[in-house]
Amino acid sequence: MSFAAELLISIFLVISGVFGFVGSFGLVKLKNSLQRLHAPTKATTLGVGGVLVASMIYFYVEKGHLSVHELLITLFLFLTAPITANFIAKTYMARNLRKQDLPESQSDYGWSIYDDPPESVQLPENGTEPVVLDPAKDGGAQS
Amino acid sequence: MLRRLVPHPLLSLTLVLVWLGLVNTFTLGNLILGLGFGLVIPMVTAPYWPNRPKLGHPLKVLEYFLIVLWDIIVANVQVAMIILFKREPSIRSHWIPIPLELTSAEAITVLAGTITMTPGTVSATLSADGRSILVHCLHTDDPESVRDDIKSRYERRLKEIFQ
Repeated sequence: MSFAAELLISIFLVISGVFGFVGSFGLVKLKNSLQRLHAPTKATTLGVGGVLVASMIYFYVEKGHLSVHELLITLFLFLTAPITANFIAKTYMARNLRKQDLPESQSDYGWSIYDDPPESVQLPENGTEPVVLDPAKDGGAQS
Repeated sequence: MLRRLVPHPLLSLTLVLVWLGLVNTFTLGNLILGLGFGLVIPMVTAPYWPNRPKLGHPLKVLEYFLIVLWDIIVANVQVAMIILFKREPSIRSHWIPIPLELTSAEAITVLAGTITMTPGTVSATLSADGRSILVHCLHTDDPESVRDDIKSRYERRLKEIFQ
């Protein structure tokens, strides 16, 4: 393996190590659960990303073919990490925050953790305005 | 008929590509097996995907992807600086409500995921009617500018892609 490739791989490994460390350090330093939630997003983006780029370069230089597994790991991380973060945030809000602690939602209904969705409004479809169902009209159509 | 056989062409294509990526070697056998998955899985799971999200120009998708990638790198460095060099009491976290213009569920999902993956902001919840999103920001002096950034950088582009 050439020196340039080794250097490049090392740089990416060091970058990912640094961000992995900062992410973990943030968990220790920050005091509030919601602030702590911000730390692992770094570890999962640049921390893992650096290792994956290093791994791709290594396999390309060493074995001579492009490895796609790393791209898939990125894909799956990007699909799953926001959902976990969202669940943790919601659990925290449900347990520790009251409606008054949060800013107004600036729409007609409050935040979904505390408020029920409007029953007469269907979920917005692709590119269309929400359809307001009129119960009387529906009953009329059936009879 | 074709619509029944391939209800979600994009999903089928994704499945084929993911399968080829998982086995990591391109052979005819793997391609046929992947095509089989791409045909069967969307058919079996079709009831769970009632709508077909319409995607805009592929170049727009690519542009969005690259912008998000760049923002992730920049924001990573910013947040790392905050964590390493800012004293804990001086970190000012904010809740930022952002009114949404996006209406399709897919677009809002992508936006929420983008907000969470860019370090420094986490999307926490939607309003009950799906018209605004609550974002938690680790540290900012100007919540308004964070809101405007998210609206102009991500939401505007997602609107072009999904609508």
